[in-house]
Amino acid sequence: MTREELPNLAESKLTALVVDDNFVNQSIHQKLLSRLGIQNDVVCNGKEAVDAHCSGRNYDLILMDMDMPIMNGTQATKRLREMGIESKIAGVTTRANEGEKKEFMEAGLNDFQEKPLTISKLLSILHKLDFYVQT
Amino acid sequence: MQRQVALIKQSLFDQGYLDEQFMELEELQDDANPNFVEEVSALYFKDSARLINNIDQALERGSFDFNRLDSYMHQFKGSSTSIGASKVKAECTKFREYCRAGNAEGCLRTFHQLKKEHSTLRKKLEHYFQLARQAGPKETARRPK
Repeated sequence: MTREELPNLAESKLTALVVDDNFVNQSIHQKLLSRLGIQNDVVCNGKEAVDAHCSGRNYDLILMDMDMPIMNGTQATKRLREMGIESKIAGVTTRANEGEKKEFMEAGLNDFQEKPLTISKLLSILHKLDFYVQT
Repeated sequence: MQRQVALIKQSLFDQGYLDEQFMELEELQDDANPNFVEEVSALYFKDSARLINNIDQALERGSFDFNRLDSYMHQFKGSSTSIGASKVKAECTKFREYCRAGNAEGCLRTFHQLKKEHSTLRKKLEHYFQLARQAGPKETARRPK
């Protein structure tokens, strides 16, 4: 898909939260979202994601890394679902044997993608979670 | 000069230093962030220098905590994968295999090679970005053949 063909989802006013402890991944994931016109915030671990929601913030989409200090992605996803957070949560990780992936999904994910995240993978997430209709 | 920049980039791919992911990052550059890849690369080298330092210190202590070393290397591999640093990523994978096998000598040998690849990539990318800046903006990012 060329740069000119990328959809601009700014009108849909979607919001997203990047949850990742790696600064390089934070930067890339935020850029991917911005290129599609999706406003976004970033936090460094699962606990910060939970705290953000406790303080009243809410997002349409959460990109959740699995391995993070303090509170990992599986724990954070479980906690957010227990809190009644209905945002779509997509797990993104490099470390995923089938058992770990199953546990992560069962924590409450709506989708899962392996890193590195690309525009195509992000569009796949958005399409699967009904944020974007491919034409 | 654009051609020189393109040839240097092509060589980085041909010699296996970079993979497709680097092109994905270049596709994200736009008028708002024309130097996005250079900025992310700088972030990567700053972050990976910290990880290299942590691993160096852990290895110098002599007691091989393979779990901790593997954890550092997991982060290193993640960042390297995200920017398309193919050779560095391969060494990270080897190191983690040696960690899982409890092979201290293998870890030391691989880490030495990893640092070499990391340093080489850093120099090559610095040179590439310097020339790219001098050459000025190009119309579109082109995938290498």
